[in-house]
Amino acid sequence: MTQQNTPPVVEMTGISVEFPPVKALDGVDFSLRPGEIHALMGENGAGKSTLIKALTGIHSPTAGTIRVDGVERRFSGPADARAHGVSTVYQEVNLCENLTVAENIMLGAEPRVLGGLNWRAIRRQAATHLERMGLDIDPGSSLGSHSLAVQQLVAICRATVGDCKVLILDEPTSSLDTDEVAHLFTVMRALRDDGVAILFVSHFLDQVYEVSDHMTVLRNGTLVGEYVTADLPASELVQHMIGRSMDVLEAAEEVLEQAERPADATPLLQVVGLGRKGSVQPFDLDLYEGEVVGLAGLLGSGRTELARLLTGADRADTGEARVAGRPTRLRNPRAAMRHRIAYTSEDRKGEGVVDGLTVRENIVLALQAERGWMRPLPRKQVDELVAKYIQQLGIRPADPEALLRNLSGGNQQKVLLARWLATAPKLLVLDEPTRGIDVGAKAEIQKLVAELAADGMSVVFISAELEEVLRISHRIAVLRDRRKVAEIDGNRASMDQVVELIAGGGAA
Amino acid sequence: MRDVLRHHLFWPVAALVALLVANTVARPSFLAVTVRDGHLFGAPIDILRTTAPLLLVALGMTLVIATRGIDLSVGAVVAVSGAVALSHIASSPNPDSPVTVLTAIALALVLCLLLGVWNGFLVSVLGIQPIIATLILMTAGRGVAMLITGGMITTVNSAPFKVLGSGFWLGLPVAAVIAFGVFAVVAFVVRRTALGMLLEATGINPAASRLSGVRSRTLTWTVYTASGLFAGLAGLLISADTMAADANNAGLFIELDAILAVVIGGTALSGGKFNLSGTLVGALVIATLERTVTVLGISPLVTPLFMALVVIAVTLLQSPRMRERLTAARRRQVMAPAEPPSTARPDSTPDSTEVKA
Amino acid sequence: MTTSAPAPGAAPTEPVAPRARARKLPARLDRRYLPVLGTFVVLALMLIVGGTRYENFLTPAVISNLFINNAHLIVLAVGMTFVILTGGIDLSVGSVLALSTVITAALLQAGLPVPVVLPLSVGAGTVIGLAHGVMIHYFQVQPFVATLAGMFLARGLCFLIAPESIAIDDPSFVALASWVQIFGEWRMTSSVLIALIVVGLGFLVLHFTRFGRTVYAIGGGEQSALLMGLPVARTKVLAYVVSGTCAGLGGLLFAMFSRSGYSLTGVAMELDAIAAVVIGGTLLTGGTGFVLGSVLGVLVLGLIQTIITFEGTLSSWWTKIVIGVLLLIFVALQRVLSLRRT
Repeated sequence: MTQQNTPPVVEMTGISVEFPPVKALDGVDFSLRPGEIHALMGENGAGKSTLIKALTGIHSPTAGTIRVDGVERRFSGPADARAHGVSTVYQEVNLCENLTVAENIMLGAEPRVLGGLNWRAIRRQAATHLERMGLDIDPGSSLGSHSLAVQQLVAICRATVGDCKVLILDEPTSSLDTDEVAHLFTVMRALRDDGVAILFVSHFLDQVYEVSDHMTVLRNGTLVGEYVTADLPASELVQHMIGRSMDVLEAAEEVLEQAERPADATPLLQVVGLGRKGSVQPFDLDLYEGEVVGLAGLLGSGRTELARLLTGADRADTGEARVAGRPTRLRNPRAAMRHRIAYTSEDRKGEGVVDGLTVRENIVLALQAERGWMRPLPRKQVDELVAKYIQQLGIRPADPEALLRNLSGGNQQKVLLARWLATAPKLLVLDEPTRGIDVGAKAEIQKLVAELAADGMSVVFISAELEEVLRISHRIAVLRDRRKVAEIDGNRASMDQVVELIAGGGAA
Repeated sequence: MRDVLRHHLFWPVAALVALLVANTVARPSFLAVTVRDGHLFGAPIDILRTTAPLLLVALGMTLVIATRGIDLSVGAVVAVSGAVALSHIASSPNPDSPVTVLTAIALALVLCLLLGVWNGFLVSVLGIQPIIATLILMTAGRGVAMLITGGMITTVNSAPFKVLGSGFWLGLPVAAVIAFGVFAVVAFVVRRTALGMLLEATGINPAASRLSGVRSRTLTWTVYTASGLFAGLAGLLISADTMAADANNAGLFIELDAILAVVIGGTALSGGKFNLSGTLVGALVIATLERTVTVLGISPLVTPLFMALVVIAVTLLQSPRMRERLTAARRRQVMAPAEPPSTARPDSTPDSTEVKA
Repeated sequence: MTTSAPAPGAAPTEPVAPRARARKLPARLDRRYLPVLGTFVVLALMLIVGGTRYENFLTPAVISNLFINNAHLIVLAVGMTFVILTGGIDLSVGSVLALSTVITAALLQAGLPVPVVLPLSVGAGTVIGLAHGVMIHYFQVQPFVATLAGMFLARGLCFLIAPESIAIDDPSFVALASWVQIFGEWRMTSSVLIALIVVGLGFLVLHFTRFGRTVYAIGGGEQSALLMGLPVARTKVLAYVVSGTCAGLGGLLFAMFSRSGYSLTGVAMELDAIAAVVIGGTLLTGGTGFVLGSVLGVLVLGLIQTIITFEGTLSSWWTKIVIGVLLLIFVALQRVLSLRRT
């Protein structure tokens, strides 16, 4: 890569953005050169998305200059930015599912005849763009009929229509599986080689290392530095990001290693042949007190579906479940709750937090729902409970009356955990509790999981990050193609072994 | 001052006060309440009486809206209720017997309860959008009411039934006593139990609520049923007032008035956080407004125009953009005299203190 | 849409086997068009049942009258389709229609010439629609509330202008209203012609302009449309302008039909318009639906009325009950379809 001497296509200097009283960005410099993939790194709240939004005109900086191709600019919004060659693809696919693929790609830059849309040309051009992405789909099909991964690629396709000089990818991989990520990276590299400058934001360090050329690290709204990816070891990167050493992570591991299950224990929850058509094949699983069971597998392997059957979120159509040896049916979340089974969904926003309610109300929600509306919890008990969890989990801001929508992702996740801990569960099923939250909060949650298990709780832990699963699980159930394929000892399992199982090699 | 301005009841109460002032200016004796025959008389008492049916309907509507729903069918239910009660009384040989009247009331309320159950079924079990689900009954309901009355305007004479509409109890209009009584009981139940919070949770995030073990479906079903029941009760008050069941016009547009009362009261139609006190003020504003038009000697036909102006004023003042502007103006005022380089004061965070019941 | 020619630009990723055109039609037809197809089937069934039950039912005269009597409603439904496609609603159309009839009648009575009166009465609708759009988009008032206010406002203005019904006897207006084209037994009045033109325009605009596609995009997800850089603000406001204008035009057609302007016309007509749109297969959540479906919806509503008239013994309130039942059936059908999709 020799772009060091080419002039930057984007040059931001001394950018400050304020949301009084908070200073979200403070005098940050950032530059992006043509033909590079540049990763923007930082914890949640470091200012990554604020920087992107400042560039694309969603936020207006209170200080600093932005130059695109050497010309000073302040875009009025994403549309304006796009017109000047700066396109953004967001974490959630922001396209219209009810329109066709072709429309989603071309709308805004569509060819016309006689003042009307030229459908033929739209389809043809869309097909060309799709082909460039290596996507073999019918441009006339509606977007909603495709998988999230395809939709994501269509979004990138749209972004590159017209004169695209800068492509911003904000967490594009968070809902993709390995193959899809590989495909995406191929596309990204091809675009880079065409001279497009790509700004890439991801929580997955391995991906950043795989694909990026440079990285810029932000912390607390200030610039830490810009680095050549190949020259910066991961451990140093993490230190730059969190500004503290990895003690917390190591602590989690220590707690874990002490835990040990007695040989003759009855499983807390035992399921035999539990399954649901079209979601997950019948599987057996025993869950014991004091044990963390990790579920490993790719997205769509059935790991979430399995968790949903265990917790009554979905109803199983075959098989049976025994709680402490007694047969039972986990028909709905309430039925599972009666057996002290708790479940936090992977979809924190959609199925987890109630963002218009306060921290206090969110924490007591499950407990109160279980009691029924006629028996309200005494206010004193509520206050004690809430104060206890805010303190124990370090929820910030430590204000019971703060609306949940004003909390960061990590803190929302902690509130969710508190909601379930308040119900004193015996089995806690956590689906992607660490997704999309910063490294510090992630470590705290891992540590908490280990502690809970040490106190005798049974935990099922799901994460897309294999490393994390390996680190904190006593036992790992591996899933592939909606089927549980293996169960291995977490302490002795190696990364390679699990990867092989997930990928479908031999050895079980 | 700032807290008062920001309070969610500020604008609705201001509107109410403005209307009362306008009335008093036009007719200085407006607020006077006199005792005649042991009953209270006067415009304020009248307003309370005319608010009664609207208050009941708006009460049910608030709960429905809290769950992200809407109930367009209440007007039709009002018509059905009156039609059933009066038809029963008219067809009975003894319209003045309390038994007849009580049976009529019971019949009407049970039927309206069932209509509410039907709405709730469509919304909570079949998962049909509330606006459509209740549009069905809104359209068909008046047809049903006409079916019951045979297309006629049924008029009856029944002293015990008439009490509901124009009787007095402890000097107060019976209708107002019933409506405000029901309102108070429901408000108490909603806020003293966990019902309010669970309804709000359901309205804000149904999926999360289900996973948290909230019986969202049952709650939703319940509020539609309650809405039907309250509309039925309102229908009885309305028909007892006129002693006529007019399937076409009874409760016409009351759903809109009720929705307005809720909106004026500061509950967003998008569901979630609701406040019943606001709804109460909203209902009073609407009833007072109607009264104002007559007091000011304006043709009652122009009432809609006034309604429109009030609605536009209140909703615009409550709109996020207007609030932003007001907050910004205020902040400028606060900042201007003392402009220390120290960061902004903590109490000016715009978000978290916004909506609180 | 041929995909045979390979892209001129180099394909950086391995080009996937070019087996493009095998699946052009399958499985797609049913989903988007099924509700409209359902409406069509209902319409056909009603025609068949009516035709076999009553004499003189399936005659050009009856069908012509169906259009003549509902021309104004067709125009309202076209406008309503735009608004509902964006995920909004317009409750004011009935009142705006009345306002337009009143303005037309009052101005004609005052002696203004037709070429001046017509744009003014349609323009009144446009202005109210614009006000809705501004309230909804810029002040973020919910469409339901904003158009509710508009409904009261328009109705109030009606009474302000004309408390009593005003008859229209302006000769040139009457001439315009009674213009009729006769093809054998088929009759087409000026209002039907106008309504059909509006339908055609609505269709073209929705399917062949960026504005039209943006209307759909907003219904599919306003946030997405915004981030896609589409002109959301303008489009949303314009959708209400279209609906308001249609309501104004509908009022004009109604004035031509009734030869009068009356403040109490069109009470609850917004419900008919909404019902027609829903029966025509448009989802109230926005994003899916067709103008032609809405026209079919209006015809279904009109046919119910016709059949009940033909039946003779049935009272008029059965109309309402039947419409309610039909709404239920269509809503249930849509529900089933959307369930199967997920």
